[in-house]
Amino acid sequence: MGWTRKDLLSMRELDAAEITLLVDTAASLQEIASRDIKKVPALRGKTVVNLFYEASTRTRTSFEIAGKWLSADVINFSASGSSTSKGESFIDTAKNIAAMSPDVVVVRHSSAGAADLLARTLPCAIVNAGDGAHEHPTQALLDLLTIREKKGHFEGLHVAIVGDVAHSRVARSDIHGMRKLGMTVTVAGPPTLIPPFVQELGAKVSYRLEDAIGDVDVIMMLRLQQERMTGGLIPSTREYARFWGLTLDKLARHARSDVLIMHPGPVNRGIELSPEVADGPYSVILDQVSRGVAVRMGVLLLLAGRKEGDGA
Amino acid sequence: MSSPAPRRPREKAQVLDETALDRALTRIAHEILEKNGGAKDLAFVGLRTRGVSLAHRLAAKIAQIDGTALPVGTLDITLYRDDLGMRGTPVIRGTDIPFSIKDKTVVLVDDVLFTGRTIRAALDAIIDLGRPTSIQLACLVDRGHRELPIRPDYVGKNLPTSRRETVAVRLREHDGEDRVVIEEPEEA
Repeated sequence: MGWTRKDLLSMRELDAAEITLLVDTAASLQEIASRDIKKVPALRGKTVVNLFYEASTRTRTSFEIAGKWLSADVINFSASGSSTSKGESFIDTAKNIAAMSPDVVVVRHSSAGAADLLARTLPCAIVNAGDGAHEHPTQALLDLLTIREKKGHFEGLHVAIVGDVAHSRVARSDIHGMRKLGMTVTVAGPPTLIPPFVQELGAKVSYRLEDAIGDVDVIMMLRLQQERMTGGLIPSTREYARFWGLTLDKLARHARSDVLIMHPGPVNRGIELSPEVADGPYSVILDQVSRGVAVRMGVLLLLAGRKEGDGA
Repeated sequence: MSSPAPRRPREKAQVLDETALDRALTRIAHEILEKNGGAKDLAFVGLRTRGVSLAHRLAAKIAQIDGTALPVGTLDITLYRDDLGMRGTPVIRGTDIPFSIKDKTVVLVDDVLFTGRTIRAALDAIIDLGRPTSIQLACLVDRGHRELPIRPDYVGKNLPTSRRETVAVRLREHDGEDRVVIEEPEEA
């Protein structure tokens, strides 16, 4: 089973074998992080452009580190301070960057479908690093890698995804990936933040935190994305924190003792996660971030190392 | 995938049987001890996949002869290849060298020495992990056709071949038998 895709746009389009290939490749690359000299020559002479139209800490940094550890040249573009502020359109900017012959363009944009649009327009490989509330496939892959390292397998695991599902591209990518690998997914949150389509994706729905976290192997807490809310979805953040915030007390009373707490970051401390939980023994939030570099190395390697003229 | 199914290669000749393969490894183990004046500061690094098994067998022989248990590491040179993007999806299976190679004499072990490009990549990979005192090369079969100035220190069998032939090292751990054969593509 080889990698044949030009781009990585979504978890929805991947099959279980492709997801497993990506996770396996990332797992094998983790060893590089523990070396004294964190550099291998695999992508020497390749150029990776980070095209970020939205704020990002983890994703942009880890793509940059991943590219550099593989010896690629990494160029960061952010919308502020670019010709975007002079009125250049997204597609014009992208075409101009493509004219400089990069091998991979990593794109984040607030509009769903932005990565897909680039993939259809540009000849180079495109990685979706988050498009609106649509998908964020490399986050799902690093979640999967973290889960497999901690639990040893995928099949039969039960994951609760809790909080602001409506605005979460991570939730969407996670549900697709987890379902394809034989995991059960329960989505939980206030009804205004649960989109109607999650059942179509094969996820169960719960409207009570205490019920949702009862018998699961992993609790994935989502950030309350207030910057994307136009108002009226929750009465107040205080109320949200009271009903949907995960505290040590709720964990002790309702969750299993071997549960993993995950969060795609950035954490709103005191809202969806209490600091004691975020920094506590169940939390693997920083493990997720470390694995993020390995996952992005794997993605860059498979896309840039793809045989010329292979596949579609 | 668009590539046509490879034609099954035909076995042309057997080069080593089980006994000859074992004798070759025993001799190499003795040569390693002789050349290095014992087993002090030696370490084995096997190249995935069959070099790793051969490295473990050599380490076992040296343990028998000398009583020293030498460390054995695993090296995946995929990230150091010079032909990425020319051979289809790179398959990374990971490097695992759980000991420091600093100030060690590292014996690289591979099954078949051919163009030397794999060894070139392995040398770069090893040196990225630290600074060994020296690196030596052991291979079960040297089939010639070198494209780089690389030579082995220990050879199980020198085997002149033509480029269209392949040398298949079959090992118990992977293939259920210990045998080395020359194969050639079936005529169309």
